[in-house]
Amino acid sequence: MHPALFFIFGAIAVAGAVNLLVQRTPIFSALSLVAVMGALAVLYLLLGAEFIAFVQVLVYAGAIMVLFVFVIMLLNAQQPESSHRSRVARLVGIPVVVLLFMEVAGVFAATYSTTPVGFSGRIITVQAIGDALFHQYLLPFEVTSVLFLVGIIGAVMLAARQEPPQPPEGRLPRAQAAGHGGSGPTPEMAAALRQPARALGGVGASDAEPHAAGTEVKPR
Amino acid sequence: MPLGIFFLISLVKVVLTLAVLLTLVAYVQLAERRIVARIQRRVGPTRVGPSGFLQPAADTFKFILKEDITPTEAHPFLYVLAPVISVVLALTALSVVPIGGTFHLFGYPIQFQVTDINVGLLFVLGVTSLGVYGIVLAGWSSNSKYSFLGSLRGGSQMVSYELALGLALIGPIMLAGSLDLRQIVNAQNHIWYIVPEFVAFCIYLTAAFAETNRIPFDLPEAEGELGAGYHTEYSSMKFAMFFLAEYVNMITVSCIATIVFLGGWHGPMFGPALLRVFLPVIWFALKVAFFLFLYIWVRGTLPRFRYDQLMGFGWKFLVPLALANIVVTGAVLSFH
Amino acid sequence: MGEYTIGRGNSTREIAAMTSTPSYMANYLPILIQFVLALALALGLIVASRLIGQRRPGKIKLSPYECGMTPKGDVRSGFAVKFYLVAIVFILFDIEAVFLLPWAVEFRRLRVLGLVEMIVYIAIVLAGFTYIWKRGVLDWNTPERNEPTLPPSVARTGNH
Repeated sequence: MHPALFFIFGAIAVAGAVNLLVQRTPIFSALSLVAVMGALAVLYLLLGAEFIAFVQVLVYAGAIMVLFVFVIMLLNAQQPESSHRSRVARLVGIPVVVLLFMEVAGVFAATYSTTPVGFSGRIITVQAIGDALFHQYLLPFEVTSVLFLVGIIGAVMLAARQEPPQPPEGRLPRAQAAGHGGSGPTPEMAAALRQPARALGGVGASDAEPHAAGTEVKPR
Repeated sequence: MPLGIFFLISLVKVVLTLAVLLTLVAYVQLAERRIVARIQRRVGPTRVGPSGFLQPAADTFKFILKEDITPTEAHPFLYVLAPVISVVLALTALSVVPIGGTFHLFGYPIQFQVTDINVGLLFVLGVTSLGVYGIVLAGWSSNSKYSFLGSLRGGSQMVSYELALGLALIGPIMLAGSLDLRQIVNAQNHIWYIVPEFVAFCIYLTAAFAETNRIPFDLPEAEGELGAGYHTEYSSMKFAMFFLAEYVNMITVSCIATIVFLGGWHGPMFGPALLRVFLPVIWFALKVAFFLFLYIWVRGTLPRFRYDQLMGFGWKFLVPLALANIVVTGAVLSFH
Repeated sequence: MGEYTIGRGNSTREIAAMTSTPSYMANYLPILIQFVLALALALGLIVASRLIGQRRPGKIKLSPYECGMTPKGDVRSGFAVKFYLVAIVFILFDIEAVFLLPWAVEFRRLRVLGLVEMIVYIAIVLAGFTYIWKRGVLDWNTPERNEPTLPPSVARTGNH
């Protein structure tokens, strides 16, 4: 039964990954990646790593991909405009890809053995993971906290820049904002529109508060 | 046990679970309407069947008969996918929840649980963490501003409170030393974890209300501001599916609260053998019913939070408190 | 705890043999069954309402709900960067919570050593938490520093 399951979920993972690349709509790419994560979780499960399998779902599908989806919503990413396919990229890129594949194939061929890696019948318990993590790999574990610290500070630095109020990474909607031109409402109108929401408890206002964001439209 | 029989037993269990769940959702919803009506000095639905008992059936037919609207420029595929995600995840999460002990039927051991896995609690957390996709995709795909704002709020709120929810469960896990729901219940043989982990219980309960988008944290569907929030544009059965998912999620978090804090199916045991098989299930059901009643009671009592209060409360109060609770639990446990 | 018998009883050995046979992966089979049935139920409900429900679409009926106003602008455009920041911060803390799980399971064996390890860990992460708190990422009602700005719903009007 296990080999069949491996091939089914392996195929789902590969199909999801291919779909991720082929899709033109970013949201579908993101959802394909969620499917890949789910299929990978089942593969972990087949290897006897229950904890890792569900952590894979919890962290990758339940947290990281949520961020991806949020970013796609934030940028209102539609179908990307295809850049003019550069000839240099094609001339250099294809040989490099072929070389890379050959190298990977070589590594596989070199390490290939007749004993398949599979479920050894030993379930990796949470206790075993805890034991390894808090004795053997204590230092790497503690270092990850520093990594998180750096991650938190970096994210806030990038996203919550105070002056000048720029979109994150300067990416968002130059073009969009430019599209507003003079036709948008004046700042006075905007302020007036915001007031009632504030008076009613500021709920609407807090949704709409774009202070650092790509939603900013500088009056011009 | 041969695989064939195992499969058959599992199939029966799953069908029973789903049937019980759907019925339960229907009647929790009826109970909610009746109780909230009482709180507000109204009567509530009483006309369909004896004291409104057939109201859920009437509602179901009405949902099916209503027109299924897909708004213009809504994303056709994602618009359908969102309620499916919500319902399927909600229903799947309950598959590892144990509601009673084990008994032997014609020699085969049968558990009151669809399946018993070693990391049941983690499974529930993982599956419910995916529920956010249903809400976010619903709002994003329906091309309505209310839906969009509702789904944004819902997404942020759910991830924020998911954190507090997970951290609140760490304390009881430390006491039980397991992620297996059955072992967590058995570890509460002497004392229910609500006693040593009362703070964690309060955090869990609050976070659970927010996680299931219920009053006082129902900002994603605040009807005063957002129409109906992320499901504004949904009608007919698709709307009913969000409804179903919300109530199933309520049942799930209530079951987890019962298992982790209220000793699961533990309770006084008496009577003949047959009664002793079902008594634990009755205790479990009563405890879950208590939580469901609490949901309804709170809905009839409390006003809605403001969004900034909601996010501030989750991040600035519940998360630090949950971390402090973990440290205190650890200190007490290791010096005890 | 909670073991009772209906019908023919078994010797302990028989029971042990039977409880162990549903192997590791077989325990996940019921989850798959439940998933498949739930999916069938969900799709069935949608198909049922498609088949049975009435269909009388109209231009106004199908337009997005906006309290009677004519909808303007693109809905799916831009929102406060806060939502995005919350998602990032959530990821980081979620991973921390995931590390706490094996620690909690193993805690009774780790004892004081485990406590010290985790306090150091939480302290470092809390430093980051304090930072985002002080930077106001967790404040949702701060007045804008850069007046005047437009709420997105207003800003988008007339864009398309």
